[in-house]
Amino acid sequence: MHELSLVADLFTIIEEQASRAGAKRVTKVSVSVGELAGVVPELFRSAFQSYKKGTIADKARLQLKMVKIKFKCRNCGHELTTRNIMDESFSYVCPACGSKDMELIAGRDLYLEKLEIET
Amino acid sequence: MGKETKELLVLEDILGSNKKIASSIRKKLTENGILAINLLSAPGSGKTSLLEKIGQKLKNKHKIGVIEGDIETERDADRIRKAGLPAWQITTHGACHLEAKMLAQIFDQIPADLDFLFIENVGNLVCPASFDLGESLRIVLVSTPEGDDKPKKYPEAFITSQVLVLTKCDLLPYLPFDTDRVIKEALEINPHLKVFKTSATSGEGLDELGAFLEAELKQRRSQHA
Ligand SMILES: Nc1nc2c(ncn2[C@@H]2O[C@H](COP(=O)(O)OP(=O)(O)O)[C@@H](O)[C@H]2O)c(=O)[nH]1
Ligand SMILES: [Mg+2]
Ligand SMILES: [Zn+2]
Repeated sequence: MHELSLVADLFTIIEEQASRAGAKRVTKVSVSVGELAGVVPELFRSAFQSYKKGTIADKARLQLKMVKIKFKCRNCGHELTTRNIMDESFSYVCPACGSKDMELIAGRDLYLEKLEIET
Repeated sequence: MGKETKELLVLEDILGSNKKIASSIRKKLTENGILAINLLSAPGSGKTSLLEKIGQKLKNKHKIGVIEGDIETERDADRIRKAGLPAWQITTHGACHLEAKMLAQIFDQIPADLDFLFIENVGNLVCPASFDLGESLRIVLVSTPEGDDKPKKYPEAFITSQVLVLTKCDLLPYLPFDTDRVIKEALEINPHLKVFKTSATSGEGLDELGAFLEAELKQRRSQHA
C-alpha cells in the first residue's frame, strides 16, 4: 500500500500550485493514472479523502482518469493499446510485424492533470 | 465579494520528486563508478540469502556494500554483516517499498569507493516496481516454491528489470515448477531479460551471476571513463 505516500506527494504539488495561482480553495483535483502505475484507484481515493482534511483542498472532489497501457514495436513502430495486460488473451507480440520487441510507452505514469480552484 | 472558479492546467508528474532524487543519486553513483543493483521480489524469495552468497564471492576482488530495506527490523542487515559485508538498514515503518528519498537520507554513509552497491528492496513484487532508486540494474527474483505464474501477474516488475534470477533451484525436484514456462513468460514480457537459475543452498548459478555482474561493472565503467 503506497497510495498514501503518493497522495502526500500529490498534495505537495497541489499546495504549491494553489498558492502560486492565489487560490482560496481547490474544488476539484484531476489525476491521470496509468493502468500499470501500480496504483489501486480505491486505495488512492480513500487516501485522498483522509489526507485532504484541513488542507486547501478540504472540499475537493477527486477525478481519476485511467490511462491505457501502450506498447510501441521497436521493429516497425506499430503502436498497440490495451487495458489490461494481465488478460490471458493479451500477447506481447507486434500484431503488425510479429516482432517480440515491444517497448512500453504509456501506462506507468501518474499525473496531476488539472485543478479547479476558487480565487 | 463574489468568488471566481477557474481551471488550472497543471500536468505535473506525481512521481516526479522521487524521479528527481533518483536521478541525482544515479549521477553520483555513476560518477563514482559504483554499480547499484535494486533487488525486487516477494518476501522470502531468497534475496538476503543470495546477497550473502554472491557477496562472499565478489568481496575478494571488489568492494561491496548492501542497503537493506525492511518494514521494521534490522535482521537482514545483521545477516549481511555476519557474512562480512558492510550493510545499512533502512526501515520504512510500514511502507511497502523503498523510495529514493529514503536512500538520500543515508547516502552520506555510503563509501564513494565501492564497486557494487546492492539494494534489497522491501519484499513485495508490486509497489517497489514504481519507484526508481537511482540504480543502474534492476533484478527481479522468483523462487521456485512461489509457483511459475508470477511474470504475467506482476508485469511491471518484469518490464522494468534487466535481469531475472530464479532462486532455490535446488528444490526443483520436489516442486511442480515449470522453469521453461516462467522463462518463456518473462521473455514474452521483456525479451531483453538476462536469466539466471540459482540456488543459495547448492551454489548453482552463482558463478555465472557473479561473472555477469563483474562484466556489467566493467562495461559501465568503460562507458563513463
Ligand atoms: N532450499 C533453499 N532455501 C533457500 C534458498 N535461498 C533462501 N532459502 C530460504 O528461504 C527463506 C527466505 O530467504 P531470505 O533470503 O531471507 O529471503 P528474502 O526475504 O527474499 O530476503 C529462508 O528460510 C532461506 O533459508 C535456496 O537457494 N534454497
Ligand atoms: Mg531479506
Ligand atoms: Zn512491429
